[in-house]
Amino acid sequence: MSEVKEYKYIGQRSIRPDGFEKVTGRANYGSDLNLPGMIWGKILRSPHAHAKILSIDYAKAEALSGVLSIATHDDFPDLPVEAVVAGEGTANLRDLAQNLLADEKVLYHGHAILAVAAISEAIAEKAVNLVEVEYEILKPVLDIREATADDAPILHDDMFTKGLEEVPTVASNVAARTEFRKGDVEVGFADADIIIEREFYTPTVHQGYIEPHATTVSYDESGQSMVWCSTQGHFDVRASTAKLLGLSLNKLKVVASEIGGGFGGKTIVYLEPVAHILSKKSGRPVKMIMSREEVFKGSGPGSATRIWVKIGAKNDGTITAMQSNMSFEAGAFKGSPAMLGGMTIFTPYDVEHMYAECYDVVVNKPKVAAYRAPGAPQAEYAAEMVVSELAAKLDIDPIEFRLQNAAKEGTQTIYGPKMKAVGLVECLEAAKNSPHYQSALKANQGRGIAAGFWFNIGGMSSVTINMNPDGTGTIVEGSPDIGGSRASMQMMAAEATGIAMDKFKPIIADTENVAYNASTGGSRTTFATGMAVIEAGEDIVQQMKERAAAVWNVTAAQVDWIDGVAVNTAAENRLTAAEICAGVGRTGGQISGRANINARGAGPSFAVHVCDVEVDMETGKVDVIRYTAIQDAGKAIHPSYVEGQYQGGAVQGIGWALNEEYVYNEDGILQNPGFLDYRIPLASDLPMIETIIVEVPNAYHPYGVRGVGETGIIPPLAAVAYAVSDAIKAPVTDLPCSPPNVLKIIQSK
Amino acid sequence: MPVIDYKVPQSVDDAVSLLEANENAKILAGGTDLIIQSRAQSSPDLVVVDLKSLPDFVSANINSEGLSLGPSMSCAEFTAREDIKSLFPGLVEAAFLIGSTQVQGRASIGGNLCNASPAADTIPALMVNNALCVIQGPKGERRVSVEDFVTGVASNCMAKNELLKAILVATPASRTSDAYLRFIPRSEMDIAVAGAAVSVTLETDGTCSKAIVAIGAVAPTAILVDAAAKALIGSKLDETSLQAAADAASAASNPITDRRGTAEFRRHVVGVLVKRAALIAAKRAGDK
Repeated sequence: MSEVKEYKYIGQRSIRPDGFEKVTGRANYGSDLNLPGMIWGKILRSPHAHAKILSIDYAKAEALSGVLSIATHDDFPDLPVEAVVAGEGTANLRDLAQNLLADEKVLYHGHAILAVAAISEAIAEKAVNLVEVEYEILKPVLDIREATADDAPILHDDMFTKGLEEVPTVASNVAARTEFRKGDVEVGFADADIIIEREFYTPTVHQGYIEPHATTVSYDESGQSMVWCSTQGHFDVRASTAKLLGLSLNKLKVVASEIGGGFGGKTIVYLEPVAHILSKKSGRPVKMIMSREEVFKGSGPGSATRIWVKIGAKNDGTITAMQSNMSFEAGAFKGSPAMLGGMTIFTPYDVEHMYAECYDVVVNKPKVAAYRAPGAPQAEYAAEMVVSELAAKLDIDPIEFRLQNAAKEGTQTIYGPKMKAVGLVECLEAAKNSPHYQSALKANQGRGIAAGFWFNIGGMSSVTINMNPDGTGTIVEGSPDIGGSRASMQMMAAEATGIAMDKFKPIIADTENVAYNASTGGSRTTFATGMAVIEAGEDIVQQMKERAAAVWNVTAAQVDWIDGVAVNTAAENRLTAAEICAGVGRTGGQISGRANINARGAGPSFAVHVCDVEVDMETGKVDVIRYTAIQDAGKAIHPSYVEGQYQGGAVQGIGWALNEEYVYNEDGILQNPGFLDYRIPLASDLPMIETIIVEVPNAYHPYGVRGVGETGIIPPLAAVAYAVSDAIKAPVTDLPCSPPNVLKIIQSK
Repeated sequence: MPVIDYKVPQSVDDAVSLLEANENAKILAGGTDLIIQSRAQSSPDLVVVDLKSLPDFVSANINSEGLSLGPSMSCAEFTAREDIKSLFPGLVEAAFLIGSTQVQGRASIGGNLCNASPAADTIPALMVNNALCVIQGPKGERRVSVEDFVTGVASNCMAKNELLKAILVATPASRTSDAYLRFIPRSEMDIAVAGAAVSVTLETDGTCSKAIVAIGAVAPTAILVDAAAKALIGSKLDETSLQAAADAASAASNPITDRRGTAEFRRHVVGVLVKRAALIAAKRAGDK
């Protein structure tokens, strides 16, 4: 990709094709489908964090007038211990069923136990309250230290730590140990002039998507069913629902509604299989909507972590060794992103000796779900804090220090492959040259710099573009549009075909109307589904040329395709796309382009953020006063939506750094399941997030695209927390930097 | 969610009769607390009595004696009144902090007072202005101070058949002004972790001749802190006297640890707020 390509459509800031219906409120979200005869499902949730279920008596609920069906764990078939796709990883089928409706134990406050469907929401709620559950209350395990203590209560008697040299004989709350190694850190530390080690804590946080989980499921007597839901991946909802209920895939149609945010949290099922059971048993369509309280208690947050980091450097600024020991809370069932933490923690650096040990630990909290670059924000937070502290101790500018050690093309990663061309150096240079970085700070202010790395993924995407007789076309894709991807698909289809952007209408088809698509996650959609759109577009161009050739009685090779028009230069013949489409009856039938791909070569996206804060030294309150997010997009298809991703990631990360945390009491009861006391940042809390788009093309995408959705949430934790350290002149290790926590550090200086 | 029977009385007496006749009758002002509370618990069916159709309940009048405030007047209307703001800037800023712009369209000072949350923003601000509550019952009217009106967490001194008819606030003496500050971790849409209202009167040479200090969200009810006021009186609000007032407020506080903050943090921050509010009130009093 040495020459700079000229593009006609991509790179513009076009108006999104789905904008009108969203602005006017016509767009249909998860809770918007109503069907004739529909009834309401409600869930009974555990009031305890850890307890054995001795008995469940739902006779009174069943007898209540208006109650039509009840679902319990017994409604699931016997399930094997089998992996299914869940988010950006996999989940065990049996664990998934136990999370949907508890079996013998409840494992967290809010764990679903039973569901009731009734002719009204009020009756369903009343019925839920009539269910009598007898518990034997157990001591809860609420963080990593408690979970790994010698006398810790054990959540799962059949869980033995995987990945240990000696096969354990005693059950443990540690599900697995993984390690990543490169070189020999002992050699590296021996070479260092300065070594800093610290332990960091990050709390349980929620993605905080605005739209709660919601679904409507309709089962009919022929055994067909339809699931309407708010999801990042309707094909994965189909797969796990079918597996959990023993259905074949062609019995289940899943329709993805419009979606009000997901951030990884809408990649797994909570309601859909339960609503399916209720619908099948009652013979009625069943709607279920989680309240905000249920979203906090019952869906999957991001892991709390304890991460120890040790980094050594020479006086000249060369980092010699990086080491970490990290534990990630998985929640009630194994499967935290600990391994991803190990793979990402040191990846922004080209250092010879690295070692990361990762532990996956179960605790009595909701099972974690993916959250925007799962595992990386926590891990890279710990590393970036120490990197910044080292730079300060060595009296080297933090950007220069990172430039000196930055990963680049050819760098050997800790997890396997060597880096292809990446944009970290370019992001660092852009940060260094930014007006923000060159501005001065005032009293009680501090500045933090942090880098971030995320892999991004490709995966399977299927796209069909159906051309209409008037030359317009429908892009039939299967990637739920969360961040404006319809606009990007429209632009890429136009670029690939030369046919004007507004001739294409992108739609998100259900599972029966387009072939399989992996979910919208892993920053894959614009990259992978975009690649499929381009390939389908090229397929159309080829067919257009063949049809023109047929009309002109020449070979397709003699036809050029210029800006959406077939041209035979020799004969001075021209046919527009619309003319070709109008005449398809004479040239071989309708034209549709198709691509079913498994996209490889996702390019990592690096980011560098610069954050200034001002700290109220008497109250510990932190105000973010200036913030710049710089990130490599490869090629920004729609710059406004790329900037939106940078800003959104930055804001979520700022919230994580400043105030967000699940607060539990000693019995494991969640104290703040709502947006009043789970404090995501408000617009009025923030400055405008400045953005700089860096473009180092990804050689594996026709237009150079890299995924941009996730990386932006990685740097803010350290950028904010280090800025606080800088302002109060004392090290910060534990998040959040909430006023009581920051004041405590100021007062204990 | 309970069944709600909505009543619109034609007079104050009518409203009192409704309260007497219905076991579960509640006065509805803006509903920003009442409706949420009725949703949160498995609350009994409600008879709500909405007084907003009575003009006296939704208006505010200023005469030579001071302000007579209808308890159901929305905070949005209240805070838009420049005449009120010039007399009681601290009380207006307290009302302006409640909830959000949208919430202020419904929320009222009377509702904030009757709901008697320990964290209510307007209560400390009313206290430093010596506000009086006019209570109407079947046998007539009685007047109590705000301090006596609020009796505990979410409780007030009114009997089942009484209602709050008006809030009276006397015109401040010359060179007297007030200020209210609260601490929240964000910039809005939150509930006070600690709050402090201060009213001061200044001599022409800047000496504080009179002061009232009230703190909120750091005890079961908002409290007047005489020791803090005493620390300010006779001083020119120098750092030593301000710190003494802050320490007195911290010492008088009796906060809890909950999801909004630790007791230790609240105790410290309420002192900081007293200091800062005193300086703002003094600046305003000096400018008069």
